[in-house]
Amino acid sequence: MVVKVYKPCVPLSAIATSSTHGEDSPYFAGWRAYDEDPYDATTNPSGVIQMGLAENQVSFDLFEKYLEEHQEVSKLVNDIGGFRENALFQDYHGLNSFRKAMASFMEEIRGGKVKFDSNRIVLTAGATAANELLTFIIANPGDALLVPTPYYPGFGRDLRWRTGVNIIPVNCNSSNKFQITKQALEEAYAKAEKANLQVKGLLMTNPSNPLGTAMTRPVLEEILNFISSKNMHLISDEIYSGSVFSSEEFISIAEILEERGYADAQRVHIVYSLSKDLGLPGFRVGAIYSYNDAVVTTARRMSSFTLVSSQTQKMLSPMLSDVNFTKNYIKTNRGRLKRRYDYVVEKLRECGIECLHGNAGLFCWMNLKPLLEEATTDGELKLWETILKDLKLDISPGSSCHCTEPGWFRVCFANMSIETLDVALSRFTSFMEKRRKT
Amino acid sequence: MGYQSVSENSHLLSRIAAGDGHGENSSYFDGWKAYDSNPFHPVSNPGGVIQMGLAENLLCLDLIKEWIKEHPEASICTEEGLNYFEAVANFQDYHGLPSFRQALARFMGKARGGRVSFNPDSIVMSGGGTGAQETLAFCLADPGDAFLVPTPYYPAFDRDFCWRTGVRLLPINCFSSNNFKLTKAALESAYETARKNNIRVKGVLMTNPSNPLGTTMDRDTLNTLLTFVNQKRIHLICDEVFSGSVFNQADFLSVCELLDEEPSYDKSLIHIAYSLSKDLGLPGFRVGVIYSYNDTVVKCARRMSSFGLVSSQTQHLLSHMLNDDDFTSKYLAENKRRLHTRHEEFTSGLEKFGIKCLPSTAGLFIWMDLRQFLKENTENAELKLWRVIIDDVKLNVSPGSSFRCTEPGWFRVCFANMDDATMHVALKRIGDFADKVKDETTQLDDATMHVALKRIGDFADKVKDETTQLQQKKRFNKKLRLSFCRINDGGITQHLMSPHLQSPRSPLVKASH
Repeated sequence: MVVKVYKPCVPLSAIATSSTHGEDSPYFAGWRAYDEDPYDATTNPSGVIQMGLAENQVSFDLFEKYLEEHQEVSKLVNDIGGFRENALFQDYHGLNSFRKAMASFMEEIRGGKVKFDSNRIVLTAGATAANELLTFIIANPGDALLVPTPYYPGFGRDLRWRTGVNIIPVNCNSSNKFQITKQALEEAYAKAEKANLQVKGLLMTNPSNPLGTAMTRPVLEEILNFISSKNMHLISDEIYSGSVFSSEEFISIAEILEERGYADAQRVHIVYSLSKDLGLPGFRVGAIYSYNDAVVTTARRMSSFTLVSSQTQKMLSPMLSDVNFTKNYIKTNRGRLKRRYDYVVEKLRECGIECLHGNAGLFCWMNLKPLLEEATTDGELKLWETILKDLKLDISPGSSCHCTEPGWFRVCFANMSIETLDVALSRFTSFMEKRRKT
Repeated sequence: MGYQSVSENSHLLSRIAAGDGHGENSSYFDGWKAYDSNPFHPVSNPGGVIQMGLAENLLCLDLIKEWIKEHPEASICTEEGLNYFEAVANFQDYHGLPSFRQALARFMGKARGGRVSFNPDSIVMSGGGTGAQETLAFCLADPGDAFLVPTPYYPAFDRDFCWRTGVRLLPINCFSSNNFKLTKAALESAYETARKNNIRVKGVLMTNPSNPLGTTMDRDTLNTLLTFVNQKRIHLICDEVFSGSVFNQADFLSVCELLDEEPSYDKSLIHIAYSLSKDLGLPGFRVGVIYSYNDTVVKCARRMSSFGLVSSQTQHLLSHMLNDDDFTSKYLAENKRRLHTRHEEFTSGLEKFGIKCLPSTAGLFIWMDLRQFLKENTENAELKLWRVIIDDVKLNVSPGSSFRCTEPGWFRVCFANMDDATMHVALKRIGDFADKVKDETTQLDDATMHVALKRIGDFADKVKDETTQLQQKKRFNKKLRLSFCRINDGGITQHLMSPHLQSPRSPLVKASH
């Protein structure tokens, strides 16, 4: 007989046992539902369609075409002479050519309206790492960052989990299309002061996830004035900058800084990644661009924990440096996303569902307030469950994005074929028809 | 272009950012600086500094290159592999590609002679071994807690384990009197010291095979360690990053083997850190692994791996490579053989000059004993000697004090990151230095020391001339390119380009890309 000896569990860290990893949110519960019952046109046509994951799969063919036509890229990557150097290259400055390529690509996205110095670029394994790293650099445990709502659910983990930093929401609502106002900023700041939290910075996403809107010039100016007056940092997460449907509609914080002659620029840091605009999340390519020398140096040192694979840097560097390719890619990608967006919004409107007017991103911000039994978070979650269980659609409830107004949902549309999208839209249509009858 | 001065705004950064937990102010990195500003090249700079302070394995990269050439389907940008592009590029699941985890599990098992089998579901990715250590620290300890670590130890552990985590590393002192073996008394003493200072000890961090010693732990020591952590109910992290770099298979005993043998040990305390940077010589690919017998730790580490996932392109390539049984068997065997040969050549060369090394059976370096050359038995004397070795003998070796060695006079010397010709140049320089200094330094005053230094300097020049002649006679091996001076890219804002030195720069990497 085996006698089981009771051994008290040796405790793990507080970080390990906390739930700040955020995976208990419905945002992720929806992913799990999809994982357990994923839609497939032939083998599982009644499965869950994943509309809760902001991925861009509309433009892969452009890459494949490029690589087919440029076999020298693969030669470059697998070249005998170059392989050894590449395999050994673990310098946290990153490949010079790759940093230059990233700088050039970021300039291209902004229509050449700003210049980026490749020596200010620090590479990280994805924007997830970039945001956490910047938080470690600008804030101490117990400090706070202001983040406008609604915001990307992953920020709860990225900004808070291991850093011990708090998020104070800057509340936005539909009365003014969820734009950030001076009043909302001041209120959030006051709330932090009252709770004795030191606010070290503001982190904003432009274009916004989950709203799918690009920030306007007056708002950007307001924000810059605010952070200067309060002596704090500004992190501008611009990972969807290449996914604005029309290039004129995106204004990067970099443009405003340039217009101001870079006064106070040392407070500002931009986060970028190739996961959304280029649809390459697997490659883990993130970047920090900072106007602050100490931040660049420190970020570079910290990037040791999260470097980009040299193999990947080498493969992508010729592609991103090829201006013909990038110009065409950005233009084509924008066009395809816009067409998808217009299509989805139109179809939803036809069955009685309105969305926030958006001009960017891989999703739309859908208004289901009229469908709520009660205008509360509970009411919203009930509706969410219904949509997940009955419609088999994984969409993200606004509360998981910390939206203060119940009834909004983020719906991703760029991560599936047009056929699957049609199936998803038809499920919405049937649902709304059924509701009208009852 | 420059922006406003940062110094007036430095208060705007966190304590972590403003402090020196990054560890780059160590002499370990000063040596890299010296190398970087004057790197050896047999033709263009034969008097330059030879980099022996970076533990890289270059000896078997030809085998890997050959495999990649023969398997274009493993690359997503070749004609044969392009159809994988979309699926791979899209894959960001922090579980990692299943085939990749399986490949890693197989490879790790093989490196242990098939005596251990690893469960692919307990394998978690991290941003290199660096990322693995930090993640484990975050999982197992709170700020202010401590892990005990046997000395001498890899200098970057202070950064990896402590910098952003706020966890401390406290030394378990080991001594040359018993070849730096870890003893029960030393463990107890370190633990007791922590306790007296009200520091909570959460575990022990050890490296096996050891960096910088190059030794492997014997069965008794491993059992002592396992008994200790079980009694104290604390964690054990085993960094086995050099497990595939043991010269003789039979010499390496992984802690995993003992766990299987002795069921009374609590497996939930044991966590392995691994990486492909040393055994496979692929530090650029950033493949770190955490393997834990504790499911909660696996789950938590996996969530944290979002901050440092392995590029899916790299996972794809390596899953093909490491699932190729024929290749991995051939590779591991050949790697050991070449390391062994290099180790033998180097240590016997040193022996001829009367320089002893700690007997070792693994790793990419030797632990060289230069105590006989110290003017006095102090860290200062060691650093003085080290400066002579860097400045006059032109070798970047790493002083024992940077590894927190308790005894001055030991140096770690890396031998696997250069070709044969360079190794012989290095040996000759050491030999010439040894001959001179042995005669001169036993009873030296400052004046005499200066004479000795001048002679060493003259000798260094002589060596340089002889080396140039030597190289011109020898047919330069064109297949192996040695490093060039870092080319000064035009337009770099000087204050922004933090010296490349502080991030490992292989001697075989060309500066411009």
